[in-house]
Amino acid sequence: MTFVPGKMSKVMDTQNCFHCGLDIIKEDEIIFDAKNFCCNGCKTVYEIFSINDLTCYYDFEKSPGATPQDINGKYDFLDNESIVSKLLEFQENSTAIISLSIPHIHCSSCIWILENLQRLQKGISTSQVNFPEKRVRITFNPEVVSIKTIVYLLSSIGYEPYISLENYETGSNDVDRSLTYKLGVAFFCFGNIMLLSFPEYFEVKEFWLDQYRGFFRWLIFALAIPSFFYSASGYYVSAYKSIKTKMLNIDIPIALGIVVMFVRSTFDIVMDYGSGFFDSLTGLIFFMLLGKMFQIKTYSFLSFERDFKSYFPIAITKINSDLSEESVAIYEVEKGDRLLIRNQELIPVDGILISEKAEIDYSFVTGEAIPITKQSGDKVFAGGKQIGKVIEMEVLHSVSQSYLTQLWSNDVFQKNVEQKHKTITDSISRYFTPILLLIAFAGFGYWIFIDANTAFNVFTAVLIVACPCALALTAPFTFGNVLRILGKQKFYLKNALVIEQLAKVDTIVFDKTGTITTNKKSNISYEGTVLSDENLLLVKNVLRASNHPLSRMLYDYLPIPILQSKSGNEAKKLKVDHFEEITGKGIQAQIFGHQVQIGSADFVEKIEEKNVQQTSVHIKINTVYYGKFIFNNQYREGLEELFENLKSNYQIKVLSGDNEGERTILEQLLPKGTELIFNQKPEQKLEFIKNLQEQGKNVMMVGDGLNDAGALAQSNVGISISENVNVFSPACDAILDASEFQKLNYFLKLSKNAITTIKMSFGLSLLYNVVGLSFAITGNLLPLVAAIIMPLSTITIVSFVTVMSSYYARNK
Amino acid sequence: MSVIYLLISISIIVAIGFFIAFIRAVKTGQYDDDYTPSVRMLFDDELIQPKVEKSNIESQETL
Repeated sequence: MTFVPGKMSKVMDTQNCFHCGLDIIKEDEIIFDAKNFCCNGCKTVYEIFSINDLTCYYDFEKSPGATPQDINGKYDFLDNESIVSKLLEFQENSTAIISLSIPHIHCSSCIWILENLQRLQKGISTSQVNFPEKRVRITFNPEVVSIKTIVYLLSSIGYEPYISLENYETGSNDVDRSLTYKLGVAFFCFGNIMLLSFPEYFEVKEFWLDQYRGFFRWLIFALAIPSFFYSASGYYVSAYKSIKTKMLNIDIPIALGIVVMFVRSTFDIVMDYGSGFFDSLTGLIFFMLLGKMFQIKTYSFLSFERDFKSYFPIAITKINSDLSEESVAIYEVEKGDRLLIRNQELIPVDGILISEKAEIDYSFVTGEAIPITKQSGDKVFAGGKQIGKVIEMEVLHSVSQSYLTQLWSNDVFQKNVEQKHKTITDSISRYFTPILLLIAFAGFGYWIFIDANTAFNVFTAVLIVACPCALALTAPFTFGNVLRILGKQKFYLKNALVIEQLAKVDTIVFDKTGTITTNKKSNISYEGTVLSDENLLLVKNVLRASNHPLSRMLYDYLPIPILQSKSGNEAKKLKVDHFEEITGKGIQAQIFGHQVQIGSADFVEKIEEKNVQQTSVHIKINTVYYGKFIFNNQYREGLEELFENLKSNYQIKVLSGDNEGERTILEQLLPKGTELIFNQKPEQKLEFIKNLQEQGKNVMMVGDGLNDAGALAQSNVGISISENVNVFSPACDAILDASEFQKLNYFLKLSKNAITTIKMSFGLSLLYNVVGLSFAITGNLLPLVAAIIMPLSTITIVSFVTVMSSYYARNK
Repeated sequence: MSVIYLLISISIIVAIGFFIAFIRAVKTGQYDDDYTPSVRMLFDDELIQPKVEKSNIESQETL
């Protein structure tokens, strides 16, 4: 046997699946190789690994795997040459490279197994994981192995790739690395200039130093040129743009300071007045770029700009007139085409159902988890997910004209959100720049009557020393740090601007379904006499015949009883006689000689106290009442507490696309004064937010499904709640992992504190500026003083904001 | 003392050499992913383990 004893005992204690770590349901437990698995899928993955000597997959991380999903037919479009060629990054006779996005990548075990793919499949030569981007880049021989085989292999080991329209036609995209280059150049110049400047700092009168002074200075000048012209170029562009739009931002005094510093230093060297400020100049550029880098680096792998493209599959099965099936790219689907939609497939276009019946889950669009039954001839809308059998449909509109895609043509999605707000640094620099210029000219005006030379020196010294590098660094470092802290707690922000907006929020609007309730299907619980395996089998078989959404959910939920009956496995499917479905009540059936009734409390003649909070299904077999399955419309944990905490500082509103059925429960649950609005269509939600904004409110919208997409885009801050951060979330400003929902108040507080931190450090940096200015205005700014004050202020500010924001983060 | 000119020039040239190396590294994408390599370098040692284990087991089974 190949098991490590220590690991084994751990598995036994917790009864978690050895592969995926989920709780094992007793009935389904599979013991293989002395390890416990929750299902056959997990066992199979383990088998594949152990056959191929890859079991140290389980050594790096405990239970790293995921249960492989059934993907039968889902990737048939990979047979289509033209689609495949658009997915490939590179292709030649015997070599091809594809880069696949795999959302499940989360630990070192994942990296290990995915980089050892060549041991599982012939034809793959290398595979390389990019962990932050959750992508794997596979080099393979297309003559030996097809992409489809690779995708199936990945899916079979629980790493199903995520291929969507977004990938289509992207090919190899160019990465913008200019900031890295700029930073490299800036650091190169800064470091060398610092070394060469040392002799100047000591100002000793020594023969040889005097001898080489000119050489050193000109070398420093030469080294400063790339930093000045290339690394700092972003600041000149930004300053120019801000002057053009007449909005004074922080980059104007920065660019002004840099340019003045460069001109004066060059002048000093040429006229042999001194060594200039090239050391401070390059140091400043380097530190500011570092701050920028720090702010950008945080969460580049999460996409916040998802539109419908990322939700849709690339291809769909089309049924030709001769009844042959063919995979076609979604954009090629035309009106009148007949499409085949399999279980769990997304309906890409609006159409009419041809098959007799379909169960469509619109949770994508509406957030509502319970599937809707459609009959033949009914209209089905894009965005729904087929559950159950294979269905056929006829296309009514092409992709670009479908209802769902039209939502995206709304104006809010076209607007450039970045321009909506003025950042805190920019609003301060609105005052800073004029005051700075005033002081500079005042100093110049005073000294011009005494000594023209000093006047020129004072003027430039003021602009140099006041160059708000510390001011400019405050925000990037504080926000960068806060972004990182929030990210660790699974609250991912699109950019630093969102923190400022979070701090300004005064009204919070929640979506109901999927946001304050969970979508998880495991909310079914059972109360009553324990059902024996035989009874369970009866119930399950009766449920199978029913198409009621609740029956379907219950059917999926119930385990398959393992019966050692005479006829073996065949006994699992029993013939149902006299099946009858009574609308609004329940179902009753004769099965295997038993009378089974499943339905509402009245239906099974069970009298009990009315409890509105429950949707339940009661079970009665052969006139004996057994118990009920309760479908909890489960609210997220800590909801009451969260609302209680939020209500003192914010106005809270709840929007719902559902009817008013839940009103009384919500009113009990949520604090008084919470406005509840029901029956809201996506456009109405958007309007609602707009109205609030017109009343001068800063609105934060918390939502989940595509139906909230418009409202999320319209709001000042749109937060999307996601059960799986890596897969589906509409375009938004922030993504919050559903498990951290109750921390929302803490996050809001933290962003407020971040702004306070910034204000405090602004004060600090202004203090430095006053000290530096007093040197400058009296005409005493020596290069050495500048070389000390500038880095000192930078370092103290950076450490101050880092310490402060971390301190606030710990303060819950 | 003109050796200073030479020494400084050489040191600058060496520095520029490293700088070019850095630019090339960025260009080939070595700075795009700064996490995975740190994990990957720890793997090679682990690969040997299962084989050793397996041979032990096989010898036990033959007993």
